[in-house]
Amino acid sequence: MERLRKAAVWLDDRLHLTALYASTAGHEVPASSGSWFYVFGSGTLLCFVIQVLTGICLAFVYVPSTNEAWTSLQYLNHTQFLGWYLRAVHNWGANFMVAIMTLHMIQVFLFGAYKYPRELTWITGVFLLFLTLGLSFTGEIMRFDQNAYWGLGIGAEILGRVPGIGAGLVHLMLAGPIIAGETLSRFFTLHVFILPGLVMAVVAVHLRLVLTKGINEYPRPGHPVHKATYDAEYADILRKEGVPFVPYAIGKDLIFAAIVIVGILGCALIFGPNGPSAPPDPTIVQASPRPDFYFLWIFAGLALLPGWMEAWIMFGVPLISFIVLIMLPFWSGTGEKSVRRRPIAALVVITAVLVFGLLTYEGQTTPWSPHMSAWSADPTPVQFLQGRTPLEMRGAVVFQNKQCRNCHQLGGVGGQRGPALDTVGERLTRLELVRQVIQGGGNMPAYGKKLTPAEVDAVVSFMQTLRRKGVPPAQNSTTPENNLPRDLALNRNSGLPVKQ
Amino acid sequence: MSEENREVVQHKDIHSAPEQKQAAADPTRRDMLFHLGVGLTTAATVLLAIPLVGFVCSGFLVGRVNAWISLGPLEAFPENTTRLATYRNPFTRPWDGQTANIPCWVRRLTGNHFQVFAINCAHLGCPVRWFPESGLFMCPCHGGVYYEDGSRAAGPPPRGLFEYRYKVDNGQLWVWGGEMPTLANPV
Repeated sequence: MERLRKAAVWLDDRLHLTALYASTAGHEVPASSGSWFYVFGSGTLLCFVIQVLTGICLAFVYVPSTNEAWTSLQYLNHTQFLGWYLRAVHNWGANFMVAIMTLHMIQVFLFGAYKYPRELTWITGVFLLFLTLGLSFTGEIMRFDQNAYWGLGIGAEILGRVPGIGAGLVHLMLAGPIIAGETLSRFFTLHVFILPGLVMAVVAVHLRLVLTKGINEYPRPGHPVHKATYDAEYADILRKEGVPFVPYAIGKDLIFAAIVIVGILGCALIFGPNGPSAPPDPTIVQASPRPDFYFLWIFAGLALLPGWMEAWIMFGVPLISFIVLIMLPFWSGTGEKSVRRRPIAALVVITAVLVFGLLTYEGQTTPWSPHMSAWSADPTPVQFLQGRTPLEMRGAVVFQNKQCRNCHQLGGVGGQRGPALDTVGERLTRLELVRQVIQGGGNMPAYGKKLTPAEVDAVVSFMQTLRRKGVPPAQNSTTPENNLPRDLALNRNSGLPVKQ
Repeated sequence: MSEENREVVQHKDIHSAPEQKQAAADPTRRDMLFHLGVGLTTAATVLLAIPLVGFVCSGFLVGRVNAWISLGPLEAFPENTTRLATYRNPFTRPWDGQTANIPCWVRRLTGNHFQVFAINCAHLGCPVRWFPESGLFMCPCHGGVYYEDGSRAAGPPPRGLFEYRYKVDNGQLWVWGGEMPTLANPV
C-alpha cells in the first residue's frame, strides 16, 4: 500500500494530476446545474466515444473499395463473429447521438445558456452540429449500397447547381467524372479521419469553454443577464452554492450514461444492423433511394418545393441557418434566460420541431413518389368493378395497364402523387375527364399520344362510374348539351383526337 | 531550414535564463534569428502545402473527360422501342467494380434515328424507370415524369432528361459519354 502511495505521489509530481483534476473534474459548478436537463451534453459526448470505439472495430474488417465494400458489409453481417452486432451498435450509436445532440441544443436554447459570456460555447456547438450531420451523411455512404450510391448522386446533383463552379465542385466531391472507387475512398477519409478529428478538436474547445466560462446556472425568471454585472453574479452563485462537478453534479450524468449505453445496446440487439440494401450497382434501375432518417426532411423538402425557389432554398437555407445560429448569441446575448419569460424562443422550438417532424414524416411516407409497381401488384378493388358494362370493364383494364394507379389511389391503394379517384365521377364531367386524360395538366402527363380514341372512351366511361352510391355524375350547368348520354355527346363534340 | 529553427528552440529552452541577460544587451541577434525562423518555417510550410492541397483539390481542376463508347450492335435495339443499355465507363480504376457500369435508356425511332437518355433524373439524379405501356419515364425519388422523347411531363425536374450525343458506326451504336450528368455539366 505504501509502495502504491509512493508511486502515485511520484506520478503526481511528474504529471501534476491533482492540479489537473482540481481544474477539470473537480471544478466548481452551481448546485442548480446538477439537473436532469443538463445530462444531454455528456450524453452526446458518450455517443461519440461509442462511435469511435465501434468504428475502429468495424475498420478492422471493412474494405473501403467500391469493388469490395458491399461484400465486406455482408461478411460483417453474416460471417465475422459479432460483426452484425457492432454494425448495429454503430448505427444505433449514430441515431442516439443525433437525437441526444438535438435535445442538448434545444435545452441550451431554451435555458438561454448561449447568452453572455458563453457565446463561443454555443458557436463551437453549432460547428459540432454540422460536423455530426457530416458524419451521419458520410456514414450513410460507408454503408455502400444502392441508397448510398444514389445518395451520392443526389449530393452531386445539388452541388452541380452551384452557379459558376458547379461542375468543378461535382468533380471535387466525386474525385472523378463518375461515382466510383475514389469517391468512396474520399468519403471514407472524411468519415474516419477528417470529421472525427475535427470533432475532437472542437469538443476540446467546447469543454475548455465550459471550464473557463462555467456551466450555465439553472435559469430563474426575473434574473436577466447584463454584461456589466453577470460575471460578478456568477461568481457569487459559485461562492454561495458552488459544488465540485465530481462527485456532486456528475451523478445524473452517470445514470443517463448508463441509460444511453443500455439503450444503444438494446436497440442494436432488437433491431439489428441497418442494411446494406441492394448492391451499389447503377445498372439495377429498380431502385427507390431513400436517405437515413436524419435527412428525410431535406428529401421531403426537395420534393415539395416549387421549382422556382428550389435553388434558393437548397443553398439559402443552409447558409442562412448557419449564419443565424452563429449570430444568435450576439443578437440576443443578454436579457432573460428563463423560457418562462421568452415566449418567442418557445415558439421557435415548437415551430422547428413541427416543421422538421412533419417533413420527416412526409419523407417517410413519400406521397409524391409514384408507386412503381402499383399497376402490376395492386389489383383493382372489386367494388369498383361490380355491375359495370363491358365498355367500363375495358376502361378499368386500360386504367390498370396504363399505370394510372402508380399515381392515383383506388380504394386506398396506389400512388398518392395525384388525387384519389374513388369519386372522380362526381367531380368531373365526361368532357373534363377526356380533356384531363388527353392533355394532362396540373402535374399530370398528357396521355393523348399513348391512348387510342377507343381507349380514352373506355377509361373515361369507367371513371364516370367512380361515384358514391346514389350520387349522379358531375354535371356541367353552363353547357347542358355536354351532359347528354355518352354516344350523343361524343357525336356532337367529336372531341377525341384521331390517333396518328 | 527546419534544423535551424529547432536550434533556436533548443537554445531557448536550455539556456533561457542566461540568454535573457544577453538579450537586453544584444537584441538584434535574437530578433534576427526569430524573424529568420518564422520566415523560413512559413516558406517551408507553403512548400509542404502545395503538394497536399494540389493532391486533394486536383479533382476540381480536371477538365471534361469524354469518349465514344459502344452500346452494342444496332440489332439489340428494335425500332420504336426503348431499352436499357449499359456500358463500362472508359475512365475507371481497377477497383471501381460495378460502379463503373453505367446504364442508359436507348430509344430507337426508325433507321439510324436514336435518342439515348442518361439514367439520371434531371432533378436530383435518381434512376428513372421506363414504362412502355404509358410511354413514360418515372423517377422514384421526387416524382419526376418524362415523356418517351425525354421531355419533362410532370414533377420537379427543371428540364427534360439528359441526352447523349450518339453516332452509328460499324453497325454499332456509340454514345459520347464518361461523366455523370448534372445541370452544370449535361452529357
